[in-house]
Amino acid sequence: MVEPPSGRALLDAASGPLHPAAAQTLAAAVDAGWADPRRLYAEARTARRLVDQSREVIADGLGVRPSQVCFAPDGPSALRLAVDGLLHPARRRGAGLVASAVEHSSVLVPARARQAAAPDDAPLVEVPVSATAAVDLDAWAAAVRRPAVVAAALQHANGEVGTLQPVSRAWEAARAAEVPVVVDAQASLGRVDPPDAYDVLVGDARSWGGPGGVGLVVLPERTRWALPGVTDPDEALTGPTRHTPWVPLLLAAAEAWQQTAATRAADSAEAYALVERIREGAGAVRDVEVVGDPGDRLPHVVTFSALYADGEAMVQALDRRGIAVGSGSACTSSTLEPSHVLAAMGALTHGNLRVTLPLAAVAPDRARSVDRLLEALPEVVLEVRRQLGAGTW
Amino acid sequence: MSDRPAASGPTPQPNAFADPADVVLDARGLRCPLPVIRLAERTRSAEPGTIVEVLATDPAARADIPAWCRMTGQDYLGQQERETVAGSDEQSAGGRHTAYRVRVTAPGRTPAAAG
Repeated sequence: MVEPPSGRALLDAASGPLHPAAAQTLAAAVDAGWADPRRLYAEARTARRLVDQSREVIADGLGVRPSQVCFAPDGPSALRLAVDGLLHPARRRGAGLVASAVEHSSVLVPARARQAAAPDDAPLVEVPVSATAAVDLDAWAAAVRRPAVVAAALQHANGEVGTLQPVSRAWEAARAAEVPVVVDAQASLGRVDPPDAYDVLVGDARSWGGPGGVGLVVLPERTRWALPGVTDPDEALTGPTRHTPWVPLLLAAAEAWQQTAATRAADSAEAYALVERIREGAGAVRDVEVVGDPGDRLPHVVTFSALYADGEAMVQALDRRGIAVGSGSACTSSTLEPSHVLAAMGALTHGNLRVTLPLAAVAPDRARSVDRLLEALPEVVLEVRRQLGAGTW
Repeated sequence: MSDRPAASGPTPQPNAFADPADVVLDARGLRCPLPVIRLAERTRSAEPGTIVEVLATDPAARADIPAWCRMTGQDYLGQQERETVAGSDEQSAGGRHTAYRVRVTAPGRTPAAAG
């Protein structure tokens, strides 16, 4: 069993660690599933069978047929492909996209580029959100009716702040306008029930304790979807997304799915209560704003911003105390831009910390880690404010 | 926290920059959260009604000055993109920056005052 580094409180589980059962599967699969599933000899046929089995497990879990489950190198590329595949068949009508202002950058960045190149044919309509990051449904309904709009993208839940989006209602509005919707469930699969209103569903195995390298694109038969360019000669294996992950990763993803599905309700209930404690504890610190919907949210994600504090310094101060957390502050990002999600909500972006709770199976001591965070938080905020000359007013 | 209407950025008010500001705070070159800290320091002792203009290059200021206003009860009046020609010293380094205007409504709430 892979043990987490001893003494560390891991409170940023957005990309890992792996579910311990999935880690064991991965190790075993390296021996059994290394072969190219396209080849004809025994080891290759085994690998092919393992791909099919993994696909079945995931399809079952999502209530879809295996033929509808496709893969991508990771969640963000799955999301990019999902949008591209909706735009391509519709290109004679336009290339316009509707997306909430808090969608993942792999939706917004290419869409802005398409808009810049062809503002009339490929508009990007960014739909505003409330202070809790929930998309404005009236604005969404108007946006999907705009000329040249042929596709829409909405997340199931926001991975930075946890707020659940009104996906069913947004999907109904888009359907009335005959605009297909990509639903991005990168942050939610494995933690809450999957959405059932979508034209394309996108996911990433990391959200259910699986490995990196396994992005998911679910394509119902009724959805008109195709990528530009020539068909892959191996399409029977790689599917419409023209990608098959390395087989050991796929096996680990399937194992993680089964493990996580079996404990989802209990794990989520426990996580929900732990996040409630964090919301209360962080909110009690002077001039700290906890954002995102307090109730209608993912069980395991919470973010808060401290006035007059520096996100990078806080992450480092907590790291020195053995606590790992994320941040949406500009100083912690490689682009030196603050989180577009926080900005779109009108939330404070500096002094931001973000917690993504691991699954209990991944970190059995997660409740203790939350205790450690809440104990350290007031002194860390004070320390960082003092460093900036703002703690002594 | 109650659900406010869409908050994807305050709309600049055209008249917000019509008159000279009472105080101009040059925070260009300062990295977040320093521009907001300077603003909070400056408004601590300011009279209600004082118009403060903050010049900043920090990309986070675009979100954080309005957020600070909301959190401390000050009025956010808007922002304006500016471009200046370089001067001879580093304080007047040329280039793009943004001017933000705030109206003090109550003596600044700071970590100490918030008690």
